[in-house]
Amino acid sequence: MPDQVLFGLEVALNGLMAGVMYSLVALGFVLIFKASGIFNYAQGVMALFAAMTLVGIQNGQVPFSHLINATFGTDIHYFGWQAPALLAILLTVVVMAVFAWLVNRLVFRHLVNQEPIILFMATIGLAYFLEGVADLMWGSEIKKLDVGLPQGINEWIDGATFEIFGYGFFIDNLDLVATVIAALLVGGLVVFSQYTKQGRALRAVADDHQAALSVGISLNFIWVLVWSIAGFVALVAGIMWGAKSGVQFSLSLIALKALPVLMLGGFTSIPGAIVGGLIIGVGEKLFEFLIGAPYLGGATENWFAYVLALAFLVVRPQGLFGEKIIERV
Amino acid sequence: MLYREAGDFKTSYAEDNQTFPIKFDRVGYYVVLAVAVLVVPFFINDYWASAFLIPFLIYAIAAIGLNILTGYCGQVSLGTGGFMAVGAYASYKLMTAFPWMDMVTVTLLSGLVTAAVGVVFGLPSLRIKGFYLAVATLAAQFFLVWLFNKVGWFYNYSASGQINAPEREFFGLILTGPNAAAATQYLFCLAFVLVLAWVARNLTRGTVGRKWMAIRDMDIAAEIIGVNPLRAKLSAFAVSSFFVGISGALFFTIYLGAVEVGEAFGIQKSFLVLFMIIIGGLGSIFGSFAGAAFLVLLPVVLKLVGVDLLGWPTDIVAHLQLVIVGGLIVFFLIVEPHGLAQLWRVTKEKLRLWPFPH
Repeated sequence: MPDQVLFGLEVALNGLMAGVMYSLVALGFVLIFKASGIFNYAQGVMALFAAMTLVGIQNGQVPFSHLINATFGTDIHYFGWQAPALLAILLTVVVMAVFAWLVNRLVFRHLVNQEPIILFMATIGLAYFLEGVADLMWGSEIKKLDVGLPQGINEWIDGATFEIFGYGFFIDNLDLVATVIAALLVGGLVVFSQYTKQGRALRAVADDHQAALSVGISLNFIWVLVWSIAGFVALVAGIMWGAKSGVQFSLSLIALKALPVLMLGGFTSIPGAIVGGLIIGVGEKLFEFLIGAPYLGGATENWFAYVLALAFLVVRPQGLFGEKIIERV
Repeated sequence: MLYREAGDFKTSYAEDNQTFPIKFDRVGYYVVLAVAVLVVPFFINDYWASAFLIPFLIYAIAAIGLNILTGYCGQVSLGTGGFMAVGAYASYKLMTAFPWMDMVTVTLLSGLVTAAVGVVFGLPSLRIKGFYLAVATLAAQFFLVWLFNKVGWFYNYSASGQINAPEREFFGLILTGPNAAAATQYLFCLAFVLVLAWVARNLTRGTVGRKWMAIRDMDIAAEIIGVNPLRAKLSAFAVSSFFVGISGALFFTIYLGAVEVGEAFGIQKSFLVLFMIIIGGLGSIFGSFAGAAFLVLLPVVLKLVGVDLLGWPTDIVAHLQLVIVGGLIVFFLIVEPHGLAQLWRVTKEKLRLWPFPH
């Protein structure tokens, strides 16, 4: 095969890997949207917050140290211990669960029965709030996240493809790990929602709030649960992105990237989030490679996903896998 | 005691339909106008002009524009920043291509260009609704910003990729560029705000506005009673983009003078204007002003209190600002989803009954 085709294939493969990352974030969106009808814009910031908390706990940073030092004139920064990665992850999960409880208790309980668009705007407010809190708590400088995931080029794929095509493909180990973890996560979620009591309750709520309420399912509990799960998914996404490019503000912008993924796949479909993520990932990388970089001056990745999603939507307004939108007067 | 409709007899339909039916309001409105036009220009200084007054006026135009689209017609847009950029770049191209053109024409034409772009990006709204549309407008935001960044024609191939407003005069007074007087700039913006707010108020209570609101409340029902959704939605996009384009043009020519598109008109700007109308009140012209004033003033006040008074480092204050803005938005949505405008309405209602509430 000619070099250009092989190179394009490599770009597409890497797009697939990037798509997995998008899917991870989109997954959190879909979970919350299905269970509570809230379109959670804060998902990206939750990923940022989770990753920052993880790094903070690992390094034994004192929360709000910057603010405390500025107010009281003290000079404290670190507790002076290093937490092992697993413990730090567990603690972060706890923090995200507490956050889920707080959000439901303080915000969304008061917004029951509001229009979806009001709820959406509330989550934008929440995103700003959480971003500010995260920066105040852990400082806004770029942090290095290291939980012991393998990184760098995968030698085996490089060697194997070199033998077959005479051209070694560059695939990052981290991307492979992310793919495996994403698959495990989705598998886990499927098992959870099909075979456990809470999972069934969750699906019932997603199906029909009123009916679920009338058979004795506690909506409050389910909402806290689903926000906690979304927090956990955010943590996983945060770890992956953080390990790839450091924990920094731009991490929260992946929420913006996940939006077209959702539109493409449909807001209510978990397979949709996955397939949408893969289509967007491959599409934007290939477009940049084939048309963007040579003819349009590059950086088309910023907008291609949205335009692609828009094109899909004009044909199918509910997305690829979304439930059919039925309107009544 | 003063705030009464009693004794204020209406003898014609025109009087009955006026914007301020209560005399106190009417007088108050003219007093505010008189202060804004006759008093403020003489006391204005550079700090207050650039920190509060001019951005407030410009954002008020943008907020009215977005409010027409989102508050009155119910089409959520996250592309405001992109449309402001269209206005800014249109005014730049017009100013450099036709140096003899006066600023009012330039600004109005920029608004028209933006309106055309807005209609194009509004076309999907005929098929896509709700969230899906909100996200679709992001396509406009990112695409437009990218376009102005990449295509050299828009910034006249300048090496820095920035655009700089050339110096222009208006009735012999320098209006743009670093040598302009604060009072001139203030009055120029004020004139636009007054005219546009008047236009918006009268559009929204006329046939067009009623059609927009019918579409907002339920588009299918509106269609059944004879509102053409194509016309209503696209006219909302056009008018809204016209306003936003003018505010973008003023933002560039008067306020900033030099613009780098990603920084000045990024996604943050879209959210900022959206927050203004949420906090101010969806579907209210007064709310657009209130929200703009609030969000322009908030960072100024926070900086005064946090940095100058308490001596905190600026980054902490910047983070606190995020927390406060985010918290306030959630707070407003919970306590008063109709924003400051509704608070004002409630206050007026109370005032009418005061001091005998029963």
